[in-house]
Amino acid sequence: MTKYRINKTRFVDQTKTVSFTFDGKKYHGFEGDTLASALLSNGIHLVGRSFKYHRPRGIMSCGSEEPNAICQINDDTNLTEPNVRATEIELYEGLKASSQNCWPNLNFDIGGINNLISPFIPAGFYYKTFMWPKSFWKKIYEPLIRLSAGLGKSPSQPDPDIYDHKHEHCDVLVIGGGISGIISAKIAAKNNLKTILIEDKNILGGSTIYQNNKNFIIDNKKSNEWLMNEISELEKLDNLILKTRTSLAAFHSYNYLLAKENISDHLPLDKKNGDIRQRLWKIRADKVIVAAGAIERPLIFNNNDRPGIILANSVKKYLDFYGVTTGLNNIIFTNNDSAYETAVSLFEKGISVKIVDIRKKSSSKIVKNAEELGIEIYWNSTVVNTFGYKKIKSIEIMNLSEDGSNVTGNKNRIQCDCLSISGGWTPMVHMHTQSGGKLDFRERDQAFVPNEKSENHINVGSCNGDFELEEIVKNTNNKVKKFLNINESGFDKISILCSKELEKKNIWLLPNTISEGKTKSFIDFQNDSTAKDIKLALREGFKSIEHVKRYTTTGMATDQGKLSNMHALGIIADTAGVKMGTLGTTTFRPPFTPLTFGAIVGRSVGKFFDVVRKTSIHEWHVQNNAKFENVGQWKRPWYYPINNENLHEAVQRESKAARDSAGILDASTLGKIDIQGSDASEFLNRVYTNAWSKLGIGKCRYGLMLNEDGMVYDDGVTTRLGENHYLMTTTTGGAANVLSKLEDYLQTEWPELDVYLTSVTDHYSTASICGPNSKKILKKLFPNKDFSDEAFPHMSYQDAIIDKIECRIMRISFTGELSYEINIESKYGKSLWENCIKAGEEYKITPYGTETMHLLRAEKGFIIVGQDTDGTMTPIDLQMDWIVSKKKYDFIGKRSLYRSDTIREDRKQLVGLLTDDPNEILEEGAQIVSELDKKPVEMIGHVTSSYFSPNLNKSIALAVVKGGKKMKGQKLFVPMENKNINVTVSDFIFLDKENKRINA
Amino acid sequence: MFIINCPYCGERDQSEFSCGGEAHIVRPKQPTELSDDEWAEYLFMRKNIKGVQFERWNHAHGCRKWFNMVRDTSNDKIHAVYKMGEKPPLI
Ligand SMILES: [Zn+2]
Repeated sequence: MTKYRINKTRFVDQTKTVSFTFDGKKYHGFEGDTLASALLSNGIHLVGRSFKYHRPRGIMSCGSEEPNAICQINDDTNLTEPNVRATEIELYEGLKASSQNCWPNLNFDIGGINNLISPFIPAGFYYKTFMWPKSFWKKIYEPLIRLSAGLGKSPSQPDPDIYDHKHEHCDVLVIGGGISGIISAKIAAKNNLKTILIEDKNILGGSTIYQNNKNFIIDNKKSNEWLMNEISELEKLDNLILKTRTSLAAFHSYNYLLAKENISDHLPLDKKNGDIRQRLWKIRADKVIVAAGAIERPLIFNNNDRPGIILANSVKKYLDFYGVTTGLNNIIFTNNDSAYETAVSLFEKGISVKIVDIRKKSSSKIVKNAEELGIEIYWNSTVVNTFGYKKIKSIEIMNLSEDGSNVTGNKNRIQCDCLSISGGWTPMVHMHTQSGGKLDFRERDQAFVPNEKSENHINVGSCNGDFELEEIVKNTNNKVKKFLNINESGFDKISILCSKELEKKNIWLLPNTISEGKTKSFIDFQNDSTAKDIKLALREGFKSIEHVKRYTTTGMATDQGKLSNMHALGIIADTAGVKMGTLGTTTFRPPFTPLTFGAIVGRSVGKFFDVVRKTSIHEWHVQNNAKFENVGQWKRPWYYPINNENLHEAVQRESKAARDSAGILDASTLGKIDIQGSDASEFLNRVYTNAWSKLGIGKCRYGLMLNEDGMVYDDGVTTRLGENHYLMTTTTGGAANVLSKLEDYLQTEWPELDVYLTSVTDHYSTASICGPNSKKILKKLFPNKDFSDEAFPHMSYQDAIIDKIECRIMRISFTGELSYEINIESKYGKSLWENCIKAGEEYKITPYGTETMHLLRAEKGFIIVGQDTDGTMTPIDLQMDWIVSKKKYDFIGKRSLYRSDTIREDRKQLVGLLTDDPNEILEEGAQIVSELDKKPVEMIGHVTSSYFSPNLNKSIALAVVKGGKKMKGQKLFVPMENKNINVTVSDFIFLDKENKRINA
Repeated sequence: MFIINCPYCGERDQSEFSCGGEAHIVRPKQPTELSDDEWAEYLFMRKNIKGVQFERWNHAHGCRKWFNMVRDTSNDKIHAVYKMGEKPPLI
């Protein structure tokens, strides 16, 4: 045993030695230790450097509020984890931890220079200084800050661990396994309610489980022994799920809660066995009982951040739970009774201890106990300074003036190697406020406590502001019984004897002899903000607590202000002369403690990240060397390179083949909506801009759909299959939204229409064959069918049979070529496709992908919704006036087409662009200007589609340009990084203006 | 995460639903008769109330029915759900 491991406890197994390394050096601890308790048992307090001044910092607490002991765990590239609190990580064999934020090393670091120049780093320093000059930012400030600031390293390799999600429902969820949580869970579970109890530590019992002080007696037993017995009874209840190592992450409305369970984090690397690392529980609870406890506050005085300054109750936990003393010569500095429990514990183990108390007296049992033991107490005193660079060596104390606003008398210097501080307790109201609950400020305890209005959750124990053992137990019992409608519980006749605090005093910022500007009284230990910073922010005009927080960065470190928020508020209130409670608090946002990304995403990684949709022809594309692009969730063939063709070469070949002979496209991904009902034609009249009533059965028509604001929303060809039966196609990406929109109108605006919509996108596969030889290929596929223009004209459809399977042939064209689309039930898609390829062999039928499809339609000036439009284009802007019915009284978006804004002549309008150099291809998205010398240069539009057309042997582009309709022939410029490209506005139909090819 | 009582399916998790904004805005029957301002009022103007608000919701990952819901936006308490076409309850 080391000289600091002075005690044997039932929580740490001192027969099982565990070795670990910290900053490369090997140490030993025991099974049951945390990294922090093991370090302290080796006499190590210094564990990091502060963020701004790089001051040496030591372990300060024993829980999730820890601001200083932030470590990097494991140095493997893919398993390493930054910002782990040493106070929370359970020690395991082979654990490798290192300190953070202390480049080049913990004991000597360059950032410490900031400490020497700290008078020049006040609040908002970064905002003020690094603003100017601009050129310094990239080359000087940023690299410097990055080098000396960062908080640990993120893994450079993918996370190999498995994470899990689990949904759970219960009658009662109890958050927190301290004494009030255990009482609550027992009452609930014993009354046949399905109960879940979650506790973030590995052992139940909270701070009571190591409370062996004789002044806290329940049913004639010491409170820890009584609780031990309760826990063993609790574990026998079978309608109770007990989850330790499980912390609440978020408490959402309607009692929906997220909790993170650590499953294998505490195991040595070789014993994890590929198990799930963490599980995120998604719990819907009928009733929630929050028993989250309270966090001890520090005290704010000059140089209150030295290693060896530790919260008093944490000192007690290290002693009574882990058997480790944080020092051999202790001083306790307090404003309340709870720290006396620490003093008595230390004294009983033979460790030297003195007490400095800002109060004038306290007449409670525990204080009398300390006095009887002969512990020296300095009443009405405060610490005004501390000494020792890497570890505290001594303190200076002075008497407080009558009102506590000043110090009087002489300085008294006292030697010590540990200073335990206690500024009272802050109820953990985070869960309550996350769920939407409000807070009240309670003067007596200078604390925010829940203002309970919800019928579905309550707060019990110290998170509810009950601090004395007796009120914790009795109030919990009464409250839970009422909450769960239970008349009697096993705790009704409990007898409790405990010390009660009668004298209370709180000073947010303790006074000093030296002026405030020269003290370093830290409030946020990790972010290095001091009382001085907060006062400066107030002087500079910040009033809102949220603004002060951001300006000074108080409460914005990894502990999210668990230790600092109350003091920041207190000092603001004192300085501004307002009452605490009128300022409000900053918002407590989830998660309460950091969550891993792994736990958030669970199994939704890699191929499970998103749905992948493949057409039934997909395998053929793969076998034929297709490169794919993602269109929504669909995988679509992008191009089919032959040999070593690149994208450009393949697309040039495919495009030429489609116009010279025959091309084939997998069009299965287009959205398809089956529309039936006696009002189907009327419905189409209302949703499309053009007229539908007169479309004959067996005919197809292109339709344009607008939003109610008049902007183009979607387009596609709709076929009339029967009197009351249509098949609508939509864009691939728009299918789901179009269906939703149509359903919305049908259900809410036009419920009188007899129309039924069914999504059939996945039901049919589509092979689209185009090119001058397409008709010959169709004839081979359907020898009995008459494909003459008279029998089967453009924009019509016919039923057909292939291999005894029914299919539909639509003669429609998105390329401007003679073109047929064959729709067949999806399961026959691949065989249909293979038949087409076989029949087309003699015409060198060429499969083409989306890139060639885009090029072919651009040659014809056909728009792609979402590429040439962006939600701000009307059909008039697109020069598609021809499709907007003048006769129809109404359709979606009609009224908006003549709003004052939509009839402006200088709106961006669709045009064609030709580059002066026919080999110059414009970049899609490139900006267009009319004057190069004008400053600032005015952007009048941008390129939406751009290709080199092999069929025209020149570069072509579509663009939207302000007032473009009237600019035909005008010279414009596309300025690029290194040159300006000269372009001429042209017609946007580049090829076959007369539409001869569709009947070729 | 609310629990929403779909008038057609019963209680379901909020993740199955999508919100369609303010309820009881009727599409004008004769849009052509409206001035730009009147049309803009229908098209763009929506209330954003802190307190009791009447909203359209769609059971998108369920029965796909639209319905109306009365929700207090300050505490997410749902006061009522009712089918399209039904009269809003007095809250
Ligand atoms: Zn439903």
